[in-house]
Amino acid sequence: MWKWIQAFASPKNFYQISQKIIPWLLIPFIVLALVGLYWGLIVAPIDYQQGESYRIMFIHVPAAWMSMFIYLVLAISGGIGLIWKIKLAYVVARVSAPIGAAFTFLALVTGAVWGKPMWGAWWVWDARLTSELILLFLYLAYMSLNNAFDNPKTASKASSVLAIVGLVNLPIIHYSVKWWNTLHQGASVSINKVAIQDANMLIALLLMSMAFKFLYGTLMLMRVRDEVLVTEQNSSWVKKIVMEYK
Amino acid sequence: MTKRQNRMILVALLVMGVSLAGYLGLKAFNENLLYFFSPTDVTEGKAPTGKSFRLGGMVAKDSVKRDGIKVMFDVTDYANTFRVNYSGILPDLFKEGQGIITTGFLINGVFMATEVLAKHDENYMPPEVADALEKAKTKQ
Repeated sequence: MWKWIQAFASPKNFYQISQKIIPWLLIPFIVLALVGLYWGLIVAPIDYQQGESYRIMFIHVPAAWMSMFIYLVLAISGGIGLIWKIKLAYVVARVSAPIGAAFTFLALVTGAVWGKPMWGAWWVWDARLTSELILLFLYLAYMSLNNAFDNPKTASKASSVLAIVGLVNLPIIHYSVKWWNTLHQGASVSINKVAIQDANMLIALLLMSMAFKFLYGTLMLMRVRDEVLVTEQNSSWVKKIVMEYK
Repeated sequence: MTKRQNRMILVALLVMGVSLAGYLGLKAFNENLLYFFSPTDVTEGKAPTGKSFRLGGMVAKDSVKRDGIKVMFDVTDYANTFRVNYSGILPDLFKEGQGIITTGFLINGVFMATEVLAKHDENYMPPEVADALEKAKTKQ
């Protein structure tokens, strides 16, 4: 077992094996997204209050979930990197940050597009919206800090500490609609309550959230492979790949 | 103690310190994080009525009176009620029984609104289900 892990961990083997894994992430993403969109836009009925407009939920909610999930990945990998000095953990965190920032941005933009017709405002400074905007700034700060040092080791350590410090924002985002009164409504899906009272609406939402998870997996793995090529650019196997590419 | 355990404790201390700072910070700013005040808050003097603030509640049944672009309605939390005056465009979701949040001033007990936003709840269901629920409610 240990030998197998060691073999996998060698950059060359990782590069080759991960190439075979990518389709197993990419194809589920495409299938889930297509079925999810069909379910959300055509199968699911209209909402009693919001009519057709609520359908933006099928992008907005999974994007918001991913924005928090990927931040958790950043902080946990940062912690693993700091404690066990595992380089791969730093790499996972570094390549995940722009993907997380993109999901956060998507959640904010789809939220604004949804807020205008329903609430009457693109943006309000309530606790939920503000804390999600702070999450975007945390991602941007993380990326900037990672690029601010010449020494990659220092960069990884400093940005990991930042990621862990920013962790405090996640419960604030999650509970903001509970702790304070906000314009944003409470959670529709939580562990002890599901307020989406139609099976097709719920199925569409779950399909889209699964799709987004696989999208993140695909993008993350592709970016880790890129990093491996860059860090191993002087090794013979990378040179061989580059030569054969032509 | 190994170096690794040292680092583990440092990371744990970092998480705990930040949580504590976050908790204290939120406690200090708790009032500022409230997006709106309920009619009861205003009655009890919790809202900053000297300046513009936000009032949130339900649009009371049979209270909406329209006169061109001007509209008058009551906002209630079923304990206290305030009359609201507003002229402007209302969001599509605005109706009696709907949650709203309005920005404005309190003048002689009447809320002069400059903005009205609709607040909807976390429930999603098809219209038929909503109708059935409404019928079951009225039967009781």
